[in-house]
Amino acid sequence: MSDSPLAHVSWPRAPFIGREFNFWKRRREIPFHKTEAELSLLDNLQGNSQVAAPTQAKSASVPNTKGPDVKPRLLLMGLRRSGKSSIASVVFHKMPPNETLFLESTTRIQKDSIHSFMDFQVWDFPGQLEYFESAFDLEDIFGSLGALVWVIDAQDDYLDSVARLNRTILTVQQFYPGINIEVFIHKVDGLSDEYRTDTFQDIVQRISDELSDAGYENAPVHYYLTSIYDYSVFEAFSKVIQKLIPNLSTLENLINTLANNCGFEKTYLFDVLSKIYIASDTRPVDMACYEMCSDYIDVIVDISELYSWDHPVRKRLGDQIQEAESHVVLHDQTMIHLMEMNKYLCLVSVIRNPEAKDKRGLIDMNCRTFQDALNEVFSRSWEEGSGAQGGESATAKK
Amino acid sequence: MDARKKKRKVLLMGKSGSGKSSMRSIIFSNYVAKDVRRLGATIDVEHSHVKFMGNLTLNLWDCGGQDAFMETYLASQRGNIFSDVAVLIYVFDIESREVERDLDTYHAIIEALREFSPNAYVFCLVHKMDLIQAEHRQRIYEERSAVIRSRSSDFRVDTFASSIWDQSLYKAWAGIVHKLIPNLVVIERFLTAFAKKINAEEVILFERSTFLTVTSVTSEVGDLNPIYDRHERLSNIMKAFKHCAARNTLTTPASAGFVVMHTKTPQFNIFLGRFTDNTYIFLVVPPGEASYNCAVLNTMLAREGFSKAAAGSGGGDGFPLPPPETAEDHATNGNGNPA
Repeated sequence: MSDSPLAHVSWPRAPFIGREFNFWKRRREIPFHKTEAELSLLDNLQGNSQVAAPTQAKSASVPNTKGPDVKPRLLLMGLRRSGKSSIASVVFHKMPPNETLFLESTTRIQKDSIHSFMDFQVWDFPGQLEYFESAFDLEDIFGSLGALVWVIDAQDDYLDSVARLNRTILTVQQFYPGINIEVFIHKVDGLSDEYRTDTFQDIVQRISDELSDAGYENAPVHYYLTSIYDYSVFEAFSKVIQKLIPNLSTLENLINTLANNCGFEKTYLFDVLSKIYIASDTRPVDMACYEMCSDYIDVIVDISELYSWDHPVRKRLGDQIQEAESHVVLHDQTMIHLMEMNKYLCLVSVIRNPEAKDKRGLIDMNCRTFQDALNEVFSRSWEEGSGAQGGESATAKK
Repeated sequence: MDARKKKRKVLLMGKSGSGKSSMRSIIFSNYVAKDVRRLGATIDVEHSHVKFMGNLTLNLWDCGGQDAFMETYLASQRGNIFSDVAVLIYVFDIESREVERDLDTYHAIIEALREFSPNAYVFCLVHKMDLIQAEHRQRIYEERSAVIRSRSSDFRVDTFASSIWDQSLYKAWAGIVHKLIPNLVVIERFLTAFAKKINAEEVILFERSTFLTVTSVTSEVGDLNPIYDRHERLSNIMKAFKHCAARNTLTTPASAGFVVMHTKTPQFNIFLGRFTDNTYIFLVVPPGEASYNCAVLNTMLAREGFSKAAAGSGGGDGFPLPPPETAEDHATNGNGNPA
């Protein structure tokens, strides 16, 4: 990548984003469905990848004149080669995990704007960056912070990383006490179960000991075991993002009500693009359910890609509701029910009641009611926000 | 129906390490692509009986490809190996450095086949295409398949480019099994009539355990779909989801499956359901709630006719197919009284 701004204009992408772009291009090279794919699940995917482009162009050097944007910000920090860019690519750019091996080392802060149900930014920091040097404006980095995600490579010697994290926490804490500090103990796929638990406990112990030695008790630090090769990193990100959602408890209440009335075993409200769930009912999270729901979204998105081509001779045979709806019944009578909520979100539920098949009408109706409630929640919180959000809730209202 | 006729001998041959057993495991034994690293070398010939579409048994001979084995196949085992062959699947490794030598071996095999089973079908898979850069794939594949054809004597050879890492594997194998299914013409005639009755854009029949495309029909509109590899992509998508479901419901992939799947979007409606014992039917219908429900209902009715007639006709030959009139009767009845 060249450093000159001109080069940015002509090819406004960092190297790894370039690769990711190819991936999208591959998915979009089909002539017809690209034009007017009405299925909003797909629109969403494409819309996002396109929107990501202009913001990438802006990702110049670090000190950026303070923009008016008050989007919550996720900072990805940690030592070099701990897996920050891989996490960002897998979660937000749908890169297959094994391709992250080819990611080059990040040399400047990668700012990524995610336009979804809520707009937020992901800043991927180079590991070697000394952001506490005077050259960096702390206010600029941590000012509109949502969460600081610290990535620790669990397969490596982590003492350095822990020491640095503590230094960061103590500094940041003085000025910005409101931030969430999230520690991803990463690359745990390579560790045995037992060793994994030991590492986890050791890291937690070290951090909290050192922080309390420095006089900072009960620091708001949360720990997650993550790996890009399974769903744990999505799960962890879901938790991180959920803390930034202003109306989370309202959403959870709504979902709980829905789940109780419909007999859902577990319900997730997914962001279709990243497959992060932004809310779920308050029953314990079941990894198996999450995996199936997440994969089912993939199935529907992939199938949609095959059949949403556009052609004038394709005629409708009658009226139908505008949002996508799908369900599958598995061999053991488990039913997975998916319903599109708006441009960005879909509701996926697992139902283990064999009678559910016959009550689908009721379930659908309940979900529609939930949809109305959801859009009301969102339209209110974004009244002062961007216009795009307003338009979205208008389409969803239909 | 004599047992001999139902069992079809399929030879799987090719150089050692070209990926024969890997493919077999993915298609027929529910392996996922990365699991095949666990497979060791095939010693001599591994016989397996693969049940396909219920009572069509493929008698699959996975022949180890090391030179010593190849020599015995061509010499002392010649008659045993090459007689009564219905299909020869020969796998070429695109990465092989000794192309000429591979072709010589291939030619020797073809000669042996001509001697003992001159009516066999021959399929050549140019395998491991994922290792070639995407922009060169088509060209290299075409060159290679031309060379293969030139060395195939008077056999008419079908060649496929394949890779276990994408849907091309399903395309190749769907092509192979397509040739093996008896009375396919009848099935297709039925499906065409059926698709017309329910206004479907596309009707696809998938085999249950492998999720390979058995056959498909499209309407004039469905024909315009610009995505030509959609069938094998569907196989890939559904099989991946089947694995996921198996993992998370604590069963083996073999016993996992779908009962029914409905998908409604503003652009198309899709129904996937068990059709006969061994097949799934996949319908693509234009949007429209009422007509979709009608199509699903008709499919269910047609299915009953299908399997009843299958039981009556004593098992049929490979595919439990009713006489087409019966099935169509049902479809018409269904059309008459929509839900």
